[in-house]
Amino acid sequence: MRSPDSPVLIIDGLIKDVGPLASLDGKMLRVVGGLSLVAERGQITALLGANGAGKTTTLECAQGLQRRTGGSISLLGEDPDTAGASLRARVGVMLQDGGLPPSARPIPLLRHIAGMYRNPMSVDLLVERLGIAQFRRTNIRRLSGGQKQRLALAAALVGNPEILFLDEPSAGLDPQSRQIVFELIAELRDSGMGIVLTTHLMDDAQRLADYVYIIDGGHNVAEGTVAELLSSDHSAGEEVTERTLFFDAPAGLDFSTVLGAGLAVSESRAGSYAVTGALTPADLAALTAWWAARDIMPASLRLEARSLEDVFLDISGRDIR
Amino acid sequence: MSNALAGQQAGMEGHAGPAPLLRRVLLQGRYETLAMIRNGEQLILAVILPLLALVGLAVTPLLDGLGGSRIDIAVPGILALCAMSTAFTGQGIATGFDRRYGVLRFLSTTPLGRTGLIAGKVLAVLVVLALQVLVVGGVAAMLGWQPRPEGWLPGLALLVLGAAAFTALGLLVAGTVRPEATLAITNLLWILLGALGGIVVPTERLPALAQSIVHFLPSGALGQALRDAFLHGVVPLPAVIVLALWTVLAGAAAIRWFKWN
Repeated sequence: MRSPDSPVLIIDGLIKDVGPLASLDGKMLRVVGGLSLVAERGQITALLGANGAGKTTTLECAQGLQRRTGGSISLLGEDPDTAGASLRARVGVMLQDGGLPPSARPIPLLRHIAGMYRNPMSVDLLVERLGIAQFRRTNIRRLSGGQKQRLALAAALVGNPEILFLDEPSAGLDPQSRQIVFELIAELRDSGMGIVLTTHLMDDAQRLADYVYIIDGGHNVAEGTVAELLSSDHSAGEEVTERTLFFDAPAGLDFSTVLGAGLAVSESRAGSYAVTGALTPADLAALTAWWAARDIMPASLRLEARSLEDVFLDISGRDIR
Repeated sequence: MSNALAGQQAGMEGHAGPAPLLRRVLLQGRYETLAMIRNGEQLILAVILPLLALVGLAVTPLLDGLGGSRIDIAVPGILALCAMSTAFTGQGIATGFDRRYGVLRFLSTTPLGRTGLIAGKVLAVLVVLALQVLVVGGVAAMLGWQPRPEGWLPGLALLVLGAAAFTALGLLVAGTVRPEATLAITNLLWILLGALGGIVVPTERLPALAQSIVHFLPSGALGQALRDAFLHGVVPLPAVIVLALWTVLAGAAAIRWFKWN
């Protein structure tokens, strides 16, 4: 029998060629070239990379939706290419494009899918948790992007899977849907589900992931926990001098004159500031003194040596977007 | 509340699994049947147009002089038209758009799987076809249809074989071209084959050149086979072979070339 500690997914040296493509003079295109990863139970594993990096293809090979060209995949100990209904019952899938019939209504569709399982989750509970009741009488084609994503997540979960695949789960999510979805994903992770997601958003990975694989050009170029990736120096030999100071304070402050030269100050949202550059202890002292003189107490304060964006930039030599 | 789903998860350990295969296929069959019946355009194609054609053939002299009453000659062709409506055009268009929206890919990741999905579609085609036979048969009876009693068993079996051939062809089209093209192709072929392919108009009424071709088409073979069964109580072996060949070839081609995404 499988051990409760065994990984939910092991991908070793995955290769996927597509084609032949007319745009390549009839040659095959290698979409994934030697990608390896391990996803554990009770963890959120993120595949982070730009569009076209091979994330979705990797997921689809793991789900048995695409046949791999080479390498091996063990999904809950089985090969997804030869898997039967009993394996599929243990795997939940949320596709990037949803995969929901536009003419259906949310709850009859969820009940229909639940019927495919011997012991499904309670549809009523999922409907309540994901706020589906508020649009239960609406045809799927008329739902907003966030509503569709919530329904697709419910459809992926209704079979009570051991491993859950989420392809770009935050795509099209409004802030409210995002909060609902992220909370549920974290809760499912805590209950022992293995969750594998793809994202091109650093913020998603930083907020959700226990372990991150950075994917570029069809293979993994770096891996680790978010903390490990942030502390490692991928531009070998160079000391990290670039830092960012984030803080929330009243909007419209102008403190650039108290800081040293060469620092970039931005206010991304009203009252949400970021100071980036070669910050020195003197800069920090000057800024806090400036606050003290004006009786300003920041609502939050955070200093980061690097962001995942910096890590990605170092590794791939280009911006993720 | 926050632990409710997590609690479910833990409580299910060791019990997770698929519903039995038969239940999965029956569920999908019911789902697809309801989707077909609730679709207004499909209803027009599946019931209204065949009934209009039936009444048209019954009140015009188009089928006179073929050795039977107008209605007796007309009904088997209308039943063949029904099979083409549901199995080829209706099911083909529905599958084409399900493919576009990723529904086929999502359902194939559930315990239903690809095989269960196809089985559910075939089941839905058979259920809708049975309803069509009841409606068309009922209207035809009121118009004076008197089929040979011994023709029912082979007639219905041939109808199922014809539906199999057209389902395979519909899936082949739906799985290989864009849904808009599927819509155009299956509707156009429905009209062309229905009128000139030996379905509504018996092969004998077509030009000599067309006759030799039509015998080898699934439409001509099904129309001929159903007329032989219901009019004369016999099963024409060549037509059965033609239908079986179309089923096998189109089915194999669909398996080979069907694209799920």
